[in-house]
Amino acid sequence: MITLTDQPFDPAEVLREFEKRAAGAGAIVSFTGLVRDASKLGKVKTLHLQAYTPLTERGITKAASDANKRWPLDALMVIHRIGDLAPGEPIVFVATASAHRRAAFEAADFLMDYLKTEAVFWKKETTDSGAHWVEPRPEDYEDRDRWSKTGA
Amino acid sequence: MARLHYFGRLMDAFGTHAETLALPAGIADTSALRSWLDNDRKLGGVLLEKTIRIAINDTIVSEPWPIADSDDIAFLPPVGGG
Repeated sequence: MITLTDQPFDPAEVLREFEKRAAGAGAIVSFTGLVRDASKLGKVKTLHLQAYTPLTERGITKAASDANKRWPLDALMVIHRIGDLAPGEPIVFVATASAHRRAAFEAADFLMDYLKTEAVFWKKETTDSGAHWVEPRPEDYEDRDRWSKTGA
Repeated sequence: MARLHYFGRLMDAFGTHAETLALPAGIADTSALRSWLDNDRKLGGVLLEKTIRIAINDTIVSEPWPIADSDDIAFLPPVGGG
């Protein structure tokens, strides 16, 4: 289940719904990403997230399908914000459910690496020193590459 | 007429997120389009960067890729969410 939304969401509420949907699974992992309140360029005022429909949705759907092929998952969920966000607001939520913990941990990690480096989004950060577009860091690409080294 | 889309930092470079344009004669693939457009808008080589990818009619293409006047052409700087 994949959702792009320009509305704020409550990760705790979303996780409770996911737990109901994944009833019977032995392991649930969830990750929530929040807008940081400071970047190297100063205090963050807003973060703007731009997507390109339908490429963004299509890409995340493919990543979810890859995760399902690679790990035995009972359920999976991705929520990603678009539009304008304030510091502290949830920007991304990923949850995975499986019989055992390892598959759930790895699939969530894999999905986050996809979202950070390949998902079709552009981020513009406005700080007290001005506005600039944020692109992935070299570490983000290294994290993503872990998944191809071990063979897909 | 082709429909052009500019995302991320390209939106700022072009000063707009989209425009409709008649492709000039001789601009028949993505490589020619990049050079012509970069020069026409005096972007200083931004559009020639390899990290900028192009999607034609909602699909990212491997370049150079042929273009037609009826195409929807999007310029995509490096992506990343979260």
